Amino acid sequence: MSSNILEVSDLSMRFGGLLAVNGVGLTIKQGQVVSMIGPNGAGKTTVFNCLTGFYQPTAGKIIFAGEEIQGLPGYQIARKGMIRTFQHVRLFKEMTVLENLLVAQHQHLNNSLLAGLFKTRSYRKAEKEALDNAVYWLEKVRLLDDANREAGTLAYGQQRRLEIARCMVTRPSLLMLDEPAAGLNPSETDELKQLINDLRDNHNISVLLIEHDMKLVMDISDHIVVINQGTPLASGTPEQVRNNPAVIKAYLGEE
Amino acid sequence: MRLYIKSAIFSAIVVLILSGILLGIRLTQVGTELTLVGAEADVLWKVFSAAALIFVYNLFRDPIERVLGLIPKPTLSAGLRDLSQRQFVQRLIWCFLIAAALIFPFLGSRSQIDLATLVLIYVMLGLGLNIVVGLAGLLDLGYVGFYAVGAYTYAMLALYFGVGFWTGLVAAGIMAAFFGFILGFPVLRLRGDYLAIVTLGFGEIIRILLNNLTDITGGPRGIGNIPKPTLFNLEFSKRASDGAQTFHEYFGIAFNSNHRVMFLYLLALVLVLITVFVINRLIRMPIGRAWEAMREDEIACRALGLNPTHIKLSAFTIGATFAGFAGSFFAARQGFISPESFTFIESAIILAIVVLGGMGSQIGVILAAIVMTVLPEMAREFNEYRMLLFGLMMVLMMIWRPQGLLPMKRPHVELKP
Repeated sequence: MSSNILEVSDLSMRFGGLLAVNGVGLTIKQGQVVSMIGPNGAGKTTVFNCLTGFYQPTAGKIIFAGEEIQGLPGYQIARKGMIRTFQHVRLFKEMTVLENLLVAQHQHLNNSLLAGLFKTRSYRKAEKEALDNAVYWLEKVRLLDDANREAGTLAYGQQRRLEIARCMVTRPSLLMLDEPAAGLNPSETDELKQLINDLRDNHNISVLLIEHDMKLVMDISDHIVVINQGTPLASGTPEQVRNNPAVIKAYLGEE
Repeated sequence: MRLYIKSAIFSAIVVLILSGILLGIRLTQVGTELTLVGAEADVLWKVFSAAALIFVYNLFRDPIERVLGLIPKPTLSAGLRDLSQRQFVQRLIWCFLIAAALIFPFLGSRSQIDLATLVLIYVMLGLGLNIVVGLAGLLDLGYVGFYAVGAYTYAMLALYFGVGFWTGLVAAGIMAAFFGFILGFPVLRLRGDYLAIVTLGFGEIIRILLNNLTDITGGPRGIGNIPKPTLFNLEFSKRASDGAQTFHEYFGIAFNSNHRVMFLYLLALVLVLITVFVINRLIRMPIGRAWEAMREDEIACRALGLNPTHIKLSAFTIGATFAGFAGSFFAARQGFISPESFTFIESAIILAIVVLGGMGSQIGVILAAIVMTVLPEMAREFNEYRMLLFGLMMVLMMIWRPQGLLPMKRPHVELKP
C-alpha cells in the first residue's frame, strides 16, 4: 500500500463575505495523478493557492508528506517539494531557457557570497550539477536546442513545457499543474499526457491537476475530485465521476 | 495645415508670466531694506522675444517638427554593435580603459585629477545603486543615505576613537550594509512608487538626523579634520604627525602636494576596480540570477522556493555597502563633511547616472558618471544656465536613447554543445 503524500481536510477560504472554498477534502497517494475539476469559478485555483501558501486558508488542515503545512509561506512549502505551475505561463521571459532552469535550482546551489566571488571548488561543482540537471530536463521536454534562447521568444506550447521542466529541476515530490493543457493543440495535449505519465511512472512524482480537457482528465487520472461553487460535489475514479448524476447536473444544468 | 492659435497664445502668456517674474523683477538691498526693482530694458526685450519665439513655434508646430524630424538621430551602426558584444572586444575595451585610467594622473593637471577622483566616487555610487535599481529592479531614491552613513561612520570613528582610514573604510562598509538591512525590512512588501517614496523618506531622515544630533555629529557645522588615507602608514603631508612617517621622507623625494592628489585618485581607482570585479561576479552568480528573476516575476520565484525577503535584502545590503565605501572615501578626501553634502539632489544625480548609463550596464554607468560629473564642470562658464543645459541634455537623452547610453547586455549562461 502506498502512503499518502497529501491529505487535505475541511479546507475553507473566505474572502470577506464570500466563502470561495468550503470544506474541501483531498487525498493524494504516492505516485497518483489526481484531478480537480469543476465549472469555471468553482474555486479550483483558490484551492491551489491555499495549498501552496499563496493564500492563508481560513480553516482546514493540510498534511504534506506527514507534515502540517497550512500557514507556511509559499517559498517554504515549495522547498518541501510541492511545486506548482500557474494558469497563465509565468516564465522569466527575458532570461534564457537555461537560466530559467538555473534560477529554479537556487535552493540547491551554493549561495555563499565568498564562495561565488572566488569560484571555490564546491561552488563550481554545484553550478555544474545544476547545469547537468537542467540539460537532463531540457532533453526530456525537447527544448535542448533552444537552451540559449530567451524564454519569452518560445512558442506557446514550448513555454508550457519549459514551465513543467522548471518545476521538475527543483526535484519536487508533488507537482501541481493548473490547466496545463489550456491553449495546446491535440497533439501537444497528447504529448503532455505522455509526459505526465512518464513523470509518475519513472520519476515517482505525484500530480495534482486542474484541467478542463475532460478527455485528458479521464485518460490520465487515478482519482477525480469535483468541486462546485467552492464545495466538494463528488469524488471517485474517472468511471464513477463520469456517471455521477450530480456532476452531470453541475456541468450541463438541469433538464 | 493646422494652426494652433489658442495654444500658441496660451504658451506665450505662460512664458511672459514665468520669465517676467523670474527675470523681470529683482530684489535689491537699499540701505537696510529690500526693494523690488524692475529689470533693465534689454532683459525685458529678451523676455518678450522669448515669448514671441514660443508663440511662433507653437503656431507653426507641424512644419517645424517635420523639419526637426529630418535631422538624423545618432545610432550605433549594426556592425559596431555586433563588435561591441564580442567578448574579446569587451576585454580589450576594459584593458584600454584601465590602462588609460592608470596613466591619467601622471599626465593630467591637479584640478583634472581632482575632478577625475570625484568621477570615480560617482562611478562607485552608480555601480552600487545599479545593483538595487538596475539588477534587482527596486527603485531606491534614498541611496544617498547610505553614502552619508558611510561618510559619518568614518568621520566619527576618526573623531572619537582616532581610527585610521583603512579600518574606517571597512567599518563604514559594514555600517552602511547594516543600515541597508534595517531599511530593507520594512520596505520589502512595497513595490514601485511606494518603495520609491519610503526610500526617499529614509534618505531624508538620515540627513535630518545628522543635522540635528548636534552633540554627536556637530549638526550643520559638520565634522572637520578627518584624517587623509595613508599608504601603509605613510602620510601624504608636509610634516608627519606623531609616530608616523611621510611618503616623501620614506622614499627620499622632495615634497610635492600633487602626490596626495594622485594617491587619492589611484586609491579611488582601486576601489572602483574592486567594485567592478565584485559586481561582475555577482551578476553571474546564483544571487545575480535570482535578482533578475525577482525583478521579472516575484510570484513565480516564490512558487519555485526562492525566498523573496532574502533576495531583496541582499540587493539592498550589498548596494548599500558600496555606498558606505564611497562615503568613507569621500569623507577622507574632503577632510570635512556636513549634512549639506547628502541632500536629495545627490540621490537624484546617482539615479540619473544609472538610468542614463542604461539600467544594469556597468560600462554604461561608468560613462554616465563621467558625463554627469564632467559636463557640469565644463559648463561652468555658462553660470546659472548650466543646470538648464543639464536638463536639456537629459530631455534629449530620453528622447533619443531612452534605454540609456549602453543598455545592458547581461552575460547569459550559455550552453555549449
